Amino acid sequence: MIAQLFRFKGGIKPNSHKDESTTQPIKLAPLPPRLVVPLRQSARAMARCIVEPGQDVLKGQVIAVAEGPLCTAVHAPTSGTVRAIEPQPIPHPSGLPAPSVVIEPDGEERWVERFPFDIATATPQQARDYLRDCGIVGLGGAGFPSHVKLGPGEKGIQTLILNGAECEPWITCDDRLMRERAAQILAGAAMMRHITGARRILVGIEDNKPQAIEAMRQAARELGEKEIGVVAVPTRYPAGGEKQLIRVLTGIEIPYGKLGTHFGVQCFNVGSAHAVYRAIAHGEPLVSRIVTLSGNFERPGNFEVAIGTPIRDLLPLAVPRADTNRYIMGGPMMGVGLQSLDVPVIKATNCVLAGSPTLFPAPPPEMPCIRCGECAKACPAELQPFELYWYSRAKIFGKAQEYSLFDCIECGCCSYVCPSRIPLVDYFRFAKAEIWAREKEKAAADTARERYEFRLAREEREKQEKAAKLAAKTAAGREKAAAALAEAQKPARTPEEEAKHALIAAALERAKAQKEQAHPENVSDLTPEQQAEITAIEARRAEIREQAKPHLRQDD
Amino acid sequence: MNNSPYFLKPASVRFVMLRVLLALTPAIAIYVWFFGAAILVQISLASVTALLAEAGMLKLRGKPVMMFLGDGSALVTAWLIALTFPPIAPWWLTVVGVLMAIVIAKHLYGGLGQNPFNPAMVAFAMMIVAYPSLMSQWPAVGFTDFLPQWNAIFGARQLDAITMATPLDALRTALHTADARATVAGVLGSSASFGNIGGKGWEWVAAGYFLGGIYLLQQRIITWHMPAAFLATLLVISGGFALYDPTRFVGPSFHLFTGGAMLGAFFIVTDPVSGCTTPRGKLIFAAGIGLLTWVIRSFGAYPDGIAFAVLLMNIAAPLIDINTQPPVFGHKRRGGDPQ
Repeated sequence: MIAQLFRFKGGIKPNSHKDESTTQPIKLAPLPPRLVVPLRQSARAMARCIVEPGQDVLKGQVIAVAEGPLCTAVHAPTSGTVRAIEPQPIPHPSGLPAPSVVIEPDGEERWVERFPFDIATATPQQARDYLRDCGIVGLGGAGFPSHVKLGPGEKGIQTLILNGAECEPWITCDDRLMRERAAQILAGAAMMRHITGARRILVGIEDNKPQAIEAMRQAARELGEKEIGVVAVPTRYPAGGEKQLIRVLTGIEIPYGKLGTHFGVQCFNVGSAHAVYRAIAHGEPLVSRIVTLSGNFERPGNFEVAIGTPIRDLLPLAVPRADTNRYIMGGPMMGVGLQSLDVPVIKATNCVLAGSPTLFPAPPPEMPCIRCGECAKACPAELQPFELYWYSRAKIFGKAQEYSLFDCIECGCCSYVCPSRIPLVDYFRFAKAEIWAREKEKAAADTARERYEFRLAREEREKQEKAAKLAAKTAAGREKAAAALAEAQKPARTPEEEAKHALIAAALERAKAQKEQAHPENVSDLTPEQQAEITAIEARRAEIREQAKPHLRQDD
Repeated sequence: MNNSPYFLKPASVRFVMLRVLLALTPAIAIYVWFFGAAILVQISLASVTALLAEAGMLKLRGKPVMMFLGDGSALVTAWLIALTFPPIAPWWLTVVGVLMAIVIAKHLYGGLGQNPFNPAMVAFAMMIVAYPSLMSQWPAVGFTDFLPQWNAIFGARQLDAITMATPLDALRTALHTADARATVAGVLGSSASFGNIGGKGWEWVAAGYFLGGIYLLQQRIITWHMPAAFLATLLVISGGFALYDPTRFVGPSFHLFTGGAMLGAFFIVTDPVSGCTTPRGKLIFAAGIGLLTWVIRSFGAYPDGIAFAVLLMNIAAPLIDINTQPPVFGHKRRGGDPQ
């Protein structure tokens, strides 16, 4: 199949450093003494734990079930014993811990019973549910649940794109996977095509990976399918960005806020296709992945690592050099600096990059922007980063949004080329975070204001109703008074009547006296101290009530 | 700990500026060949003044002096001033011009990257308004002796022997005076040193600038938009008017190779700080400079109009930029809707 290629604007060509870690085949990483499997998968998804500390688990056993549309199940990466369910640090820029299941492996790797999934007879919905329960997420780095992306969307999916571009320098896990397991990847892709009803599959691979391209082409030939195209795309970062790869392969540009499905395309990482194959053909949930260890290591390479393996236990496999001063999860362009080596490998961990002062020198001091336009030339989203920079720096966020701040994919090209060494992406992250925070605040303030206004309106309404009632009562009272007057003007009462009246008056008098005596018992006979305390409490209560007034819900 | 990206291209403002200076050297060599070493004296004078003024201003503004002094931007300004001023101008003319550029046009507006006007052109415009006669004394071709030039710059000024009117100046004076018989051909034919195209020797200096410009394009320091739009506009409009009345309007080959046209096209119009940045904006900006240059040269009171044209378009640059923002990825179709 001959595909016409399209160009995306911008991009950069950094030194790729790929060869350092591609010489060796994928090796199996040994099990660590302790696995930490996080339950939180994204800001919006946390799986519900169904195991307890002390419980024995088998490899592949479900330890947490999916809850909510963007969640997937979590499985025990090996057999062993659950030691704790507690917050543990996870690889996230915030550095905040997340609830995790800590498992002590027994070293026996005993699997749960595995059954292949009969995809031919299952409905697409059943297949998607199955993949959700197998914990399949995107392995390219974002970790988005695959079952969601396999949904039909608005228009259905015609073209399934496999992303084997792997454009970030140093990372080679997809390269090695394609070289070694091409047939499995394409089998997984065919399964995904079956689920989505897509017509064709396009595999995009950067042309700096000739062996991977050849392996995939060979596998496609063996499959004997015409509708699978393995396409070498020009090596230019970020060709592996989802939107950039879709653009290169199909010419379609997906704007910010739209998904591939709006245009009939969907893009999956080759590793995800491989995981789909393992799940459907072998009943294996996603419990391990390929991780590249590269950068400042003596023996860089690719390793198949159990999810939950602490990074610290992984490092000896590649032997960090003595001057290593930092570790990055992901690539050098978009990766996250690790604040702790105790964080585990998660499903999105494609690479652990060791850095040294010589490899990643501290950035030189920031100079003023000279508007040279290098950033605009390099921006694959076709933005004007220097304009965004002025507005972000000046905190004129409205203007920044006008200049399409949120179309920025934070690929880092602008920072990479800037001759003034301005950390442009940092400015954009800052601006985005500020805008989100302000929108949240504004939403909260709006809700509070609405509630307050509603309360005012309700109080006003009640006041009016009361007044109306009172007015009605007064009117009734007047009538009564008038009636009484009329009565009084009648001849004087008889003595019998007089006696009756006296009786009634006496009874009323007694009742009144009784009422006055009926104090609540616990406040009678108080010491002066107690009385003072009660007064103070009453005062505080009144104060709190006053403060809480604007926040009180209308039904309070 | 910094954030991603963790590794950067080895680029710097200094590297950009050094390549701009390098791109100027062929033209300077040709300049020396035809007009003597005076230009080297002026360049040195301007450079020292610029560095001192830059250091002083940085210190006053509380900025790290060595870091900014090393960026080379002051040197580029200094060289451009030296190359646009007459090489035999008295020393103080150059010094005052450079001070104007660095102190007023650059640092009082906020320093590197903040100046709305091209500093070198501010210097040129101010000095030609203040000292029109000194700014119009250009050396005649062939008088390359260093001593009289040195004297002209630093000492007793006996200029008659070594100066001449530039072709642009001669044309303007002749065509704009009441002498109704003056024609383009007549003026240009009146002096052997006016050359065939744009003034003897100057054509070759212009060629040197062109060469440097090609280098800057190849190094991707400038884009084609501005030089192309500027030169094309100058060519089309001067060509059109020369066809209409060849006796009153001089042709495009003259306009393109005389005065500061080539220097302007590749080194002045292309100043990123004070110019437009969007591709369409660059075309409009540079075309505007070309048009204004021709208008000022043909009808204005000053011989060369590039400085004024650049300053006028500098004012318009932000407005042009705002209205020529290119569409971003995925939003090219009207409304950005899926097809």
